[in-house]
Amino acid sequence: MNELAQQLFPGEILLFGAMLVPFVKGKLRSALVVLLPLLSLGHLLMLELGHDATVSLAGFTLHIVRVDALSRIFGIVFHIAALLCCIYALHVKKALEHVATLVYAGSAIAATFAGDLISLFVFWELTALSSVFLIWARGIDDPERRERAYEVGMRYLIVQVGSGVLLLMGILLHLSDTGSYGFDRMALDTSRGAPFIFVAFGIKAAFPLLHNWVQDAYPEATVSGTVVLASFTTKLAIYALARGFAGTELLIPIGAVMTAFPIFYAVLENDLRRVLAYSLNNQLGYMVVGIGVGTELALNGAAAHAFAHILYKGLLLMSMGAVLYRTGTVEASKLGGLHKSMPLTTFFCVIGALSISAFPGLSGFVTKSMIVSSVGEMHLPIIFGVLLFASAGVCDHSGIKVPFFAFFAHDQGWKVKEAPKHMLVAMGIAAVLCIGIGVFPGLLYEYLPFPEVAAQYHAYETTHVLTMLELLMFAGLAFVVLMKLGVYPPELPAVNVDSDWVYRKAAPEVVRDGYSLATYARLKAWSAVVAVRSAFLRLLSVHHQPPRGTLGEPWSPSATTLWAALLLGFMLLVHYA
Amino acid sequence: MSGLKAHFPVLLVVVPLLTAPLLALIRQKQVARALALLSALATAVIGWGLVIAAREQVEPLSYHLGGWPPPIGIEYVVSQASAFVVAIVSSIAALGLLLGTRETRKEVTEGQQHLYYAAYLLCLAGLLGMAITGDAFNVFVFLEISSLSTYSLVAMGNRRRAFSAAFNYLILGTIGGTFVLIGIGLLYQVTGTLNVQDIAHRVQELEDVAPDSHNLTLLVAFVFMIVGLGLKLAVFPLHQWLPGAYAEAPAAVSAFLAGTATKVIYFQLLRTTVVFFGAAHVFGALRFGTHVLMPLSIAGMFIGSIAAIYQPTLKRMLAYSSVGQVGYLTLALSFGTEAGVQAGLLHLGAHAVTKAGLFCVVAAIVAGVGSNRIQRLNGLGKRMPIVAFAFVLGGVGLIGVPGTSGFVSKWALLQAAFASEHYLVAGLVLLSSLVAVVYVWRIVEVMYFQAPPVDEKTTHDNLAMVPALILLGASVLFGLFPDQVVELAADAAHQLFLEPGSLPPLPTGGHG
Repeated sequence: MNELAQQLFPGEILLFGAMLVPFVKGKLRSALVVLLPLLSLGHLLMLELGHDATVSLAGFTLHIVRVDALSRIFGIVFHIAALLCCIYALHVKKALEHVATLVYAGSAIAATFAGDLISLFVFWELTALSSVFLIWARGIDDPERRERAYEVGMRYLIVQVGSGVLLLMGILLHLSDTGSYGFDRMALDTSRGAPFIFVAFGIKAAFPLLHNWVQDAYPEATVSGTVVLASFTTKLAIYALARGFAGTELLIPIGAVMTAFPIFYAVLENDLRRVLAYSLNNQLGYMVVGIGVGTELALNGAAAHAFAHILYKGLLLMSMGAVLYRTGTVEASKLGGLHKSMPLTTFFCVIGALSISAFPGLSGFVTKSMIVSSVGEMHLPIIFGVLLFASAGVCDHSGIKVPFFAFFAHDQGWKVKEAPKHMLVAMGIAAVLCIGIGVFPGLLYEYLPFPEVAAQYHAYETTHVLTMLELLMFAGLAFVVLMKLGVYPPELPAVNVDSDWVYRKAAPEVVRDGYSLATYARLKAWSAVVAVRSAFLRLLSVHHQPPRGTLGEPWSPSATTLWAALLLGFMLLVHYA
Repeated sequence: MSGLKAHFPVLLVVVPLLTAPLLALIRQKQVARALALLSALATAVIGWGLVIAAREQVEPLSYHLGGWPPPIGIEYVVSQASAFVVAIVSSIAALGLLLGTRETRKEVTEGQQHLYYAAYLLCLAGLLGMAITGDAFNVFVFLEISSLSTYSLVAMGNRRRAFSAAFNYLILGTIGGTFVLIGIGLLYQVTGTLNVQDIAHRVQELEDVAPDSHNLTLLVAFVFMIVGLGLKLAVFPLHQWLPGAYAEAPAAVSAFLAGTATKVIYFQLLRTTVVFFGAAHVFGALRFGTHVLMPLSIAGMFIGSIAAIYQPTLKRMLAYSSVGQVGYLTLALSFGTEAGVQAGLLHLGAHAVTKAGLFCVVAAIVAGVGSNRIQRLNGLGKRMPIVAFAFVLGGVGLIGVPGTSGFVSKWALLQAAFASEHYLVAGLVLLSSLVAVVYVWRIVEVMYFQAPPVDEKTTHDNLAMVPALILLGASVLFGLFPDQVVELAADAAHQLFLEPGSLPPLPTGGHG
């Protein structure tokens, strides 16, 4: 048993187990998709710290498994997330979505344990190629949205694979400069490849201006798909940054911007899953700042915050998913008063909301305070201020706005059933974990990259608790006052233009126009050629009947011949010169 | 080598060449089919036998036709590269016939089937002869044999458009062939010989005598040969015959052509630039790589792939994707380095297997749903799960996802670009693979996310999937365990690059 465990790489059970899913049906399938993450988690826990494995494949010696404290904590939380997602998605009938979830989770886990850049790249791409199915699957649920799901999915895929392409470029440059493709700590000036790798990670970590795919794609996925998507890709990028670029100072301002700017969008947004997608950016910002600070405390904080974040963000998205599942919408302007018909979902959502707001006693508090403390230790007053402001902002939009508009606010008269049992179970587990981490932070701290540093950290110091409570009070007060004065942005169905307009609207137009322009120009050039030729033939009074070219074959042989002649002349000129 | 094995180089060409007229005379389609398949399989065995033979030797094997020594007699040369090319071509031809067994019954008019098999084998003989011969005029002869039979094969497609596609191809192919002939004629005028190696020596001498002055005749010969081969290879902007020909030909012919025709021409392009005129001269003094081939390749890579996104049918999409892939092939050559040619040969193999496999999948799709229009593929993941999966497998190979042959060759291409410090070009290669993601995943979305039609019946052509799965399986196998092939390609490239002077000079009596 143990022998076998040493042979497998983490995530392998999920990747190959996923292939079995289409062949079983009903209860058996449900059992399988829940069992696989559990088995895989058990496998991971059997591997000891320091376990390494290499394979020779495709001409490379790949360092495919590296278990250390940093990879293990991400691996564990990815497994928990996979388990929750699988339970939460049990209502899904199509095998496709289950397969995509398992492959996606499996490749994210495998990427986490990759000790070299090439294995990382392989699994990095696999996460992209598998996860897009979770967005497209929305089109199966709701045929009216198929077109939209297709376009969103394609945009998402291009961004994700684009990140992989940059990564590959970076790896090649890194390899040619340093002669190694090991995935270890590097700096931006280690090699010419490092900046490419940095940007590749940055895309998946949703750096400012590279972030739009999150808000574009996540809210468009299926009920369970959004939960799955939000658990892996961005946190994998956080892990990769922590592994490769810890202590890179550039990350501090980047992270600070990430924490602050989404707040404005989140406050304006009407789609509650999109609000959560914006707040995802904000949460990632804290982790990025922590990685940028790079001290042991900060890295502990980043890892711990990622751990807690996956759980409470998952919980919030699950509760919104349940609302979507029952009511068919998550638009704030259409919801309200659901606490009567979905009391348990409301309760779980509030737990998630309190966690993300870092309410003392819940998971967000014990992890975020580590990052904030580490920034305080570094004496970065501006960054510190931004983080505090952002904390208040999170509380405002995710902590208050989401539960308030969905479950309270004006009763819109929804008469729906409580969320299905399996969803409640998944939310329940997540909620228990949120509370558990908040009450017994020591359990989590043991698994952090630097456990001895973590052991000396005390989250529940009076100043921490008081600062946080004051902030939360202030945010609550602001929300109430603004609502009473009627200045809080009203929830209206509208589109907020973000920087992704450039590639969503402008770029495709240019490409499409360019393409049709080229066709047009070609047709024009062709007709000119035809005119000249028929004039010539008329001159020779030759009866000529060319085979009809169709639209699909816009070039006649004569046009290509003309090109051949032009090329001939061109080459003579170039080579003779 | 002894016995029959000693005659493998000539048997390679003779077997299909002699079977072809036999088939035309037999007029019995069942027998014709069996004989054609047998002949192609025998050729494939010979092809792989030549690879083994070439691997055992350091220097290329020379086979003297009729016992006449070169340069007067015609010589067949089994080098690492030519053996590699003929092995791939003959194997794909055999698999194409295996596919054709059931497809052609529907696609080719009753009563013409024996002719179809005859043309198929003639085409194969021409392609193999072109790759293995060491005589420049022979190259032209075999080029015409393969081209003429290809035109008739394309015209056998069951839609009326097949005629116009074949006509289109005929005109352009003939122009290409004529240009090649003009080039060879001029070369003969300058060097007084037709033996490839001999030409290489004499051109080298001429270039050595006056390295800075241009020998105008040589230059014109070079340009004619390149443009002629460029037409046959479908190098952008001379690519427009290709989509029509691939899309309208019978399915088995598309698979066969996509995996072989352009590949053999590419090998000729390698020989023309690297051997005939000398890599140092072509890529150094003439700057052919950076000033002509590289921009055209990059344009082809993008324009071919972008056009593929907008095609209404699978065959057309794959055909335009081939235009893009030819861009990678010529780009690899344009670096003018050994690493580049190695990458080119690897991509030749990878793309041949992948694209031929994909066209086989298309044949199965056409057999199943009666059309290869992309709109009609809705729900194919449900209706024909194995077929749809095979398409995805081939598609990720085109993109160059790790674990497929496409990744191995793309990796080699990128390494070659880095080695010659073309960083921007490497970036563009990666960028263009993003376009491939779009055209492949677009099909995946249709197959897996659109509801299957309720009333339509699908027929399953399991036989068509056999060659498809063999080819795509080979692609994955090569993607996972590429060491042998990478080594072979490296040796082949090295052999091509050996200075003509380092090969034993040929006796120079009785000509010129």
